[in-house]
Amino acid sequence: MDKRIYVDHSATTPVLPQVLEKMLPYFTENFGNASSIYSEGRDAKRAIEAAREKVAKAIGADASEIFFTGCGTEADNWAVRGTAYANRAKGNHIITSSVEHHAVLHTCQSLEKEGFEVTYLPVDEFGRVSPDDVKAAITDKTILITIMFANNEIGTIMPIEKIAKVAEDAGVPFHTDAVQAIGLVPIDVSKVNISMLSMSAHKFGGPKGIGALYVKKGTKLNNFMNGGAQERNKRAGTENTPAIVGMGEAIEIATADIEGKAKKLSALRDAYIEKVLSKIPYSHLNGHPTERLASNANISFEFIEGEGMLLSLDMKGIAASSGSACTSGSLDPSHVLLAIGLKHEEAHGSLRVTFGEENTMEDVDYIVDNLAVIVERLRSMSPLYEEFVKNAK
Amino acid sequence: MLYSEKVMDHFTNPRNVGEIEDASGVGQVGNPKCGDIMKMYMKINDDTGVIEDVKFKTFGCGAAIATSSMATEMIKGKTIDEALKVTNLAVAEALDGLPPIKMHCSNLAQEAIHATLSDYYAKKGIEPPEGLLQCDGCCGCDKEDAE
Repeated sequence: MDKRIYVDHSATTPVLPQVLEKMLPYFTENFGNASSIYSEGRDAKRAIEAAREKVAKAIGADASEIFFTGCGTEADNWAVRGTAYANRAKGNHIITSSVEHHAVLHTCQSLEKEGFEVTYLPVDEFGRVSPDDVKAAITDKTILITIMFANNEIGTIMPIEKIAKVAEDAGVPFHTDAVQAIGLVPIDVSKVNISMLSMSAHKFGGPKGIGALYVKKGTKLNNFMNGGAQERNKRAGTENTPAIVGMGEAIEIATADIEGKAKKLSALRDAYIEKVLSKIPYSHLNGHPTERLASNANISFEFIEGEGMLLSLDMKGIAASSGSACTSGSLDPSHVLLAIGLKHEEAHGSLRVTFGEENTMEDVDYIVDNLAVIVERLRSMSPLYEEFVKNAK
Repeated sequence: MLYSEKVMDHFTNPRNVGEIEDASGVGQVGNPKCGDIMKMYMKINDDTGVIEDVKFKTFGCGAAIATSSMATEMIKGKTIDEALKVTNLAVAEALDGLPPIKMHCSNLAQEAIHATLSDYYAKKGIEPPEGLLQCDGCCGCDKEDAE
């Protein structure tokens, strides 16, 4: 099997060739430290500031509001922890959702051990947080609302504008983890009241190891990394110039035609969902039918477990992911799938396919054809399926 | 996470998958919560105590399916006494090892053997021999949950 079909773009994406090309000189000839005063340093500094402009432009921010970080996880950690510490005198209450990425969830849990109180809002069957629930959860001690823009597992897009309005009305800072949304959903922080927004370059054709946090002017935020005066004294550490350059290039490309890209990807997604649900019995879609990322299809297959599907797909040259416990390194299946009300066995049997621009309709057919055989084989080995068939007789 | 070639072989071409209509004993261990369920069927010769046939069905990850397959291969044609000596570690070793996080899958294989034999003794109305685990499944998971 030579041909590989990569449908795990929510996990990571390949660096675009034109992005890599722009990055390469900053490893070798333009290697200078951006803090240095001589021309090598000034070259690096200029490249970083040009990239910052591009990142800012992509989300409607001002360049002075963009801070580069080591990854999306760092941006989330910084936003949540930095806001909590900066506002400690004011209050100790944080509102988040039960379906956040672990970068936010585990940060909140660790803050609880330090005396902060966290409300983990439930979600509806599609994985959406209700803005009314956010409003009702606000107390005079609330210092941060953090709700993700779009979910990484089921692709559900949150009602961000409404939640932002609730936060604005209450005068509470609002952070959103937009790691999955950049390049797939239009984002304009000049129109929506978002105080902080996390991004990660490798999700949209940039390199790994670089992220950014948008921090709206006037937002109180303690530093997370301490050291030198980089990033205007807000984020210490020598700038990763090649990666920053790559992020700037990648975000410019990723946001140039979001509508066109979303149209192409959603055609693949919808064809895949329609074919799977019609060809494979006892399968159902997880997440919102329409308010979902154009790339994302998350489907549960009853009576079987996800890892077996992934291994079998891999043998057919297909790379996808699952919310099963066996693939997560723990014994519990995805917290997101449990939060939308799935039973453990349904969560174990989930398969996430996330399309990218290099995927085709032929890929969709190839995946569905192979998946039908794989699901049937695993079901023929499953005691749950055996029981189901016997009871149905 | 890396599976050995043997694990992949037993996952891809599992031995002894299926059911036995007139089984002497049937055992099921595990639960959906921990993500693995193993069901085992045995055909046992009452006179010789030999496990003449064994089949399994497993809901679970690649390692769970591979350990089920290997465990059935290790006890097929063996006596009950020999089957009772098959340990988790022996199953894992026969597969050239399992990733640490997957070791509980091999617990399940041993438990399935014991649960199936328990059922055999219960059906026969015979007192089970010493050393038979009394576990309704997922002992390994419970242990890890408690950590």
